[in-house]
Amino acid sequence: MGVEGIGASVVRKEDRRFITGKGRYVDDIKLLGMTHAHFIRSPHAHAKVKNIDSSAAMKMPGVIGVLTGRQIVDDKIGNLICGWAITSKDGSPMKMGAWPAMAPETVRFVGQAVGVVIAESKNLAKDAAEAVVIDYEELPAVADIRSAIKPGAPQLHPEAPGNVVYDWALGDEAAVKEAFAKAANVVTLELTNNRLAPNAMEPRAAIAEYNEAEEHFTLYTTSQNPHVARLVLSAFYNIAPEHKLRVIAPDVGGGFGSKIFIYPEEMVALWASKKLGRPVKWNGDRTEAFLTDAHGRDHVSKAEMAFDKDNKILGLRVKTHANFGAYMSLFSSSVPTYLYATLLSGQYNIPAIYAEVMGVYTNTTPVDAYRGAGRPEASYLLERTMETAARQLKVDPAELRRKNFITQFPHQTPVIMAYDIGDFGASLDAAMKAIDYVGFAARKAKAKSEGKLRGIGLSCYIEACGIAPSKAVGSLGAGVGLWESAEIRVNPVGTIEVLTGSHSHGQGHETTFAQLIAERIGVPVSQVQIIHGDTDKVQFGMGTYGSRSLAVGGSAIIKAMEKVEAKAKKIAAHQLEASEDDIVIENGEFKVTGTDKSIALPMVALAAYTAHNLPDGMEPGLKETAFYDPTNFTFPGGAYICEVEVDPGTGKTSFVNFVAVDDFGRLINPMIVEGQVHGGLAQGIGQALLEGIAYDSNGQLVTASYMDYTMPRADDLPSFKLSHTTTLCPGNPLGVKGCGEAGAIGASAAVINAITDAIGNNKLEMPATPDRVWHAIHGNA
Amino acid sequence: MSKIKLTVNGRAVSADVEDRTLLVHLLRDHLNLTGTHVGCDTSQCGACVVHIDGRAVKSCTVLVGQANGSNVTTIEGLSKGDELHPMQAAFRDNHGLQCGYCTPGMIMSAVDIVHRYGGKLDEETVRHELEGNICRCTGYHNIVKSVLDGAGRMKVSQAAE
Repeated sequence: MGVEGIGASVVRKEDRRFITGKGRYVDDIKLLGMTHAHFIRSPHAHAKVKNIDSSAAMKMPGVIGVLTGRQIVDDKIGNLICGWAITSKDGSPMKMGAWPAMAPETVRFVGQAVGVVIAESKNLAKDAAEAVVIDYEELPAVADIRSAIKPGAPQLHPEAPGNVVYDWALGDEAAVKEAFAKAANVVTLELTNNRLAPNAMEPRAAIAEYNEAEEHFTLYTTSQNPHVARLVLSAFYNIAPEHKLRVIAPDVGGGFGSKIFIYPEEMVALWASKKLGRPVKWNGDRTEAFLTDAHGRDHVSKAEMAFDKDNKILGLRVKTHANFGAYMSLFSSSVPTYLYATLLSGQYNIPAIYAEVMGVYTNTTPVDAYRGAGRPEASYLLERTMETAARQLKVDPAELRRKNFITQFPHQTPVIMAYDIGDFGASLDAAMKAIDYVGFAARKAKAKSEGKLRGIGLSCYIEACGIAPSKAVGSLGAGVGLWESAEIRVNPVGTIEVLTGSHSHGQGHETTFAQLIAERIGVPVSQVQIIHGDTDKVQFGMGTYGSRSLAVGGSAIIKAMEKVEAKAKKIAAHQLEASEDDIVIENGEFKVTGTDKSIALPMVALAAYTAHNLPDGMEPGLKETAFYDPTNFTFPGGAYICEVEVDPGTGKTSFVNFVAVDDFGRLINPMIVEGQVHGGLAQGIGQALLEGIAYDSNGQLVTASYMDYTMPRADDLPSFKLSHTTTLCPGNPLGVKGCGEAGAIGASAAVINAITDAIGNNKLEMPATPDRVWHAIHGNA
Repeated sequence: MSKIKLTVNGRAVSADVEDRTLLVHLLRDHLNLTGTHVGCDTSQCGACVVHIDGRAVKSCTVLVGQANGSNVTTIEGLSKGDELHPMQAAFRDNHGLQCGYCTPGMIMSAVDIVHRYGGKLDEETVRHELEGNICRCTGYHNIVKSVLDGAGRMKVSQAAE
């Protein structure tokens, strides 16, 4: 490796603008003549919109327009779509109600937009929104899964009787039944996976501008995937054809899944910008984020695991109810199905698995992918079940896992996935050593003598990343292909521009991707510019989610680079009067092996563009593109062990140690990888201890601010002990697996397993607040 | 409407603004200093922290009238020309930021913490003091490292002056 190549912890190229206040986020952008939008949102979880009177608002200072749901329907703006078709057990397609960008008739969750005020300033728009009089007729609402599927429950959509979107299953029911019939022991666990708000620190925002002369729109938006946004806005929402719509996602302040989706607000901003003839900006506030950013998780599950007399797993049966909220968000249908049930084999040899998933409507904010998306839910369920089993079978939890680890690869699970490679024993060994697992009993005894309850919890997770190949996901119902593209432009002076369809909203692509180029061709990263987030610049791309940027987007860069190098070698050979086969690339030089003859990259590039002396028939220029479609998912895995101390007097949990050992394959920039793990762990720990979206029984969101929803803060978290084991991914040219979601996938089970170990009571739900833990220790006294 | 006069990053500025205008909006919307961010509406997240007369303040809690006549420093005014403030450099070198949205507020708070504690900072104190700044990306691990490193660098740079 060079000092800036693969494996080097290069400090990030992008940081200077962020640490000096020169980042450029959507809300930092001002356009000439820009107006400001403020949405009027339903205060009711379920109601008919009887009448909207905006006459007084229209007379208020600075008001340009008040637009409503009726108008957006009349203008034939399309309803929001769900892009992954799921088929129920009985063969019927999933059942969905319509979701217009603003509600013309019925509102189904608190915060759903019914209208928008556009004014000369945000404050004037807010003032005028107060003067819009809306006559609602309240309807009965239902906010939780169990109530929604009861007979006689309020019904959300006539298209979905009983509020059921689908009743889906994966696996072999008969084989599982057989496994349970011959089981020596059966372990059962019921659990809830709490609903979370993603909470990227930058609230969503959009600016839309319409150029009447060109009939062309530009949208600046907080998106993880600007090309997908353009595709959906064009193909389904009838905003404009793709060649008349430019989508720019500039600096984006975190996403965690919530900025994958195309939301009503950017649709309305685009539509309104044409209707009113002025650019329209909307910047959401934090309460709007809680009300309208797609939430995550929200499962209620029952798991049953069958063991033989030697504690080998025979089978797993899972029944899950997933809350979708009031409408089906863009990729929501795939989260509790193909991103969840397919991971239920975990790191274990499980001969038979059967998972049933019922997706349910409720009068709550729509639910979709949030960091990990389905995989944290699978990992939490499985790893709590394993820990429960160890306690019930009275065996060491590490040994029970080890006994059931998959050790031969490739491994076909009974739930679609074919694991390519891994070494689960190695990561568990490393984690146990790092936390001094053997010394735990003594530490627990010492803590007990001091009146504290010490616990240790394991979590051995696996995830499927990249979310491709396209053909495979297409056969499972995905509406898009999940490849990635790259373009590499070597400029005439030898500097390099890499255009990628991936998008960075904190992940450090501008550095990591530049390191790939530095490694291959030996130019410093300062000579490489990574360009992303603009549909007018980048040819196409599927964006960033599912820990796919490096494994899929990085592989596309390598593919394009191979083409660039092949052409550059031909030019170099021609210039040096040597054979192409004798040319090697070292430190930015094209050398003839075994001689002292060489030519530097800038001279090769210049030759390509002057075209004065190129091989016969060669096109001028040095620019190549590639599209890369993976051959399989990637399978990062690892072992997390958490040691906690619980104060029985207060129920408060303190961290003694948190160890994370991950196998991400090859690391390009270890510093950035570790940062990704830190952030994921914080979100997993946040879910386990602090965070939880709460609705009252009428569907009022009672956690709609940072005063009510507990975000992890610096003093809630420990410093983490990280290390890595490595098996190189055989499925892509870089050997990489992806690291963005691992922490959030593996952490929550480790924390809850540790607390339940400490308190000696397995009945504990997330978030394990001091109140809940205290009651788990002392009962309901 | 009120006429406001104050000093921002060493420059005298004046503006005619609505009385209800918050300092953060004066900075962002009127002075185009967009490095100061808004991440919540309940003064919890700390993305808007600036220094007023040398003390860290959440600029979303301050009406412009309250800041009249004061001396405000924002993230844009922290470095000396091209030379980064030691705390900015510490955040970069320790990977103390990812998406960058909370970063300006974090750095402004961190500088204030070091001013208040001098050399007596440890991890626990830093974590406690950062309670008013929320980050969703980093898990705070590298932010804490950055603040401790930045504290050391600030001491060195003060000694050099």
